[in-house]
Amino acid sequence: MSLIRYAVVALVPATLAGLIYAVASGLGQSEVTAQRFVNLQEGASPHAGFRRAHAKGFCLAGDFESNGALASYTDAALFQQGQTPFVGRISIAGTNPTAPDMRSPVRSLALSFGTGDADSWRTAMNTPPVMAVATPEAFYAQLAALAPDPATGQRDPARIQAFFASHPETRAFLAWQKTYVPTQSFASERYHSINAFYLVNREGRRQAVRWAAVPAAPVANATPLDAENPQALQDEFMARLKQGPVVFDLVFSLAGTGDDENDPTVPWPETRPAISAGKLIIRATSAESAGNCKDINFDPLILPRGMAATLDPILRARSAAYAESYRRRARESL
Amino acid sequence: MPDLKPDMQPSDTYSRAARIMHWAMALLLFSLIFAGLAMVQSLQSWHLPLITLHKSFGILALILAVIRLVIRLTHVPPALPDNLSAAQQRGARGAHVLLYAAMFAMPLSGLLMQGAAGRPVEFFGLFTIPALLPVQLETYAVLRELHGWGAWGLIALVLLHITAALHHGLIRRDTVLRSML
Ligand code: HEM
Ligand code: HEM
Repeated sequence: MSLIRYAVVALVPATLAGLIYAVASGLGQSEVTAQRFVNLQEGASPHAGFRRAHAKGFCLAGDFESNGALASYTDAALFQQGQTPFVGRISIAGTNPTAPDMRSPVRSLALSFGTGDADSWRTAMNTPPVMAVATPEAFYAQLAALAPDPATGQRDPARIQAFFASHPETRAFLAWQKTYVPTQSFASERYHSINAFYLVNREGRRQAVRWAAVPAAPVANATPLDAENPQALQDEFMARLKQGPVVFDLVFSLAGTGDDENDPTVPWPETRPAISAGKLIIRATSAESAGNCKDINFDPLILPRGMAATLDPILRARSAAYAESYRRRARESL
Repeated sequence: MPDLKPDMQPSDTYSRAARIMHWAMALLLFSLIFAGLAMVQSLQSWHLPLITLHKSFGILALILAVIRLVIRLTHVPPALPDNLSAAQQRGARGAHVLLYAAMFAMPLSGLLMQGAAGRPVEFFGLFTIPALLPVQLETYAVLRELHGWGAWGLIALVLLHITAALHHGLIRRDTVLRSML
């Protein structure tokens, strides 16, 4: 009898410990977790203290001048008529914080409004209008296919081709890639939300939208860029800002019937209503350092009252992966 | 003998309020631990609802911890059995102090790290708790690691606590386990 009692004393905590250990090491998780994702992104030699994606960038400050055109779609404070300051970050895709500006296939604009009240909003936008794939598992496979072979340091074209051949949903992305010509300035790119979100108005009515930051006026370069300068785009932007603010329109596109707000691989028809919500006026830049945009996780699920997340699985995955990247680089900053 | 109110009388069992708080919080803390460990890995669509619930229930745990501490300080807990050595008694008391410390450290680090990351925290959709700290990466790092490693500290303490309780109830067969049932 006393043996059974000893067994109970030992087995109850041991079972609990086993269960906790199993959950902590991935019980019930799908193949791809936030940690595995960030491991793949950072590669074998992570750049300590930097973002695990879009590592190279600089900080922005400016104001959003809302024209109130979205006010009937959302009661978000920043979309009522008026001005809201923001900080932000312009970056290039890639994990190398010293990569040459002109080599990156993707450029980005991230914005942060408010810090910690119910009206806070973060958005991270990229130059492509769509994602190549629609699920985190497929995106993981895409990154793995694009990663250089550790032995040769080269990408494997056969592997890349096989990936795209087996993923027909990449069609719209590939079509965009064929026609996209990188511009000579961060100021002349269009930056897309890619994922869709809901605007929610006072009556609780939801409207699915995507948005893009679009240059407010045509942007011309005074002199061609020096393609050998690894800082070419950053230098150009700083010089441009000395002449005056850089201004984008924040244009919202409204989903219509038949548009799937949960699928970021399919563009919505050009005929969808587009509403400019106002002007993003970038007034200043600074190098990334403590106290500015370095401290910010541009998690796309930080949404103000009056906006809500769609069920787009990529969106959910971004939030979890950004948190893991944020944790790692925060720890490395100590 | 001073004139004690009835619930200030030393007795063999914890007060009813203390027992209810104990078991409610045991359930809550286990749920928070399992949810926390699972959600930080998940890329699935349940990630967002779970993390939202984790924050709301985490704040609830903080509120309950305050109430519980007040109950603990205003009620005399049952005495430990006489046959425990002085060292054992000190160990038991020390473990209880650490459990209380963890019950505060976990929700406080969770709430404050959201502030240091500039994130609003909603309480069951009822109201938004504004950021309690300025946005700062280093502060976030300390609080995030405290939350992550603190969870393992809490887990270790709780397992030790369960083992000791079962040992009292099944092996020593004294009053200790019964006092909380
Ligand atoms: C499953 C898909 C994706 C994953 C796993 C992923 C992962 C990441 C990670 C780990 C970071 C670093 C975050 C930090 O440390 O703060 C990051 C940054 C970023 N991501 Fe993604 N990403 C995904 C999709 C996207 C999409 C669709 C967009 C564009 C709409 C995007 C735009 C950005 C931008 C602009 C940044 C840099 C933000 C900044 O300047 O801090 N990402 N991403
Ligand atoms: C007694 C209360 C709590 C317990 C036991 C608890 C437990 C946990 C655990 C075990 C984790 C996983 C940690 C890891 O694997 O590194 C976690 C993560 C987390 N907790 Fe809590 N938690 C509590 C309260 C809170 C509160 C009050 C908040 C915020 C208001 C919060 C916010 C979070 C967040 C945001 C994460 C994920 C962090 C990330 O994604 O990097 N927790 N929690």
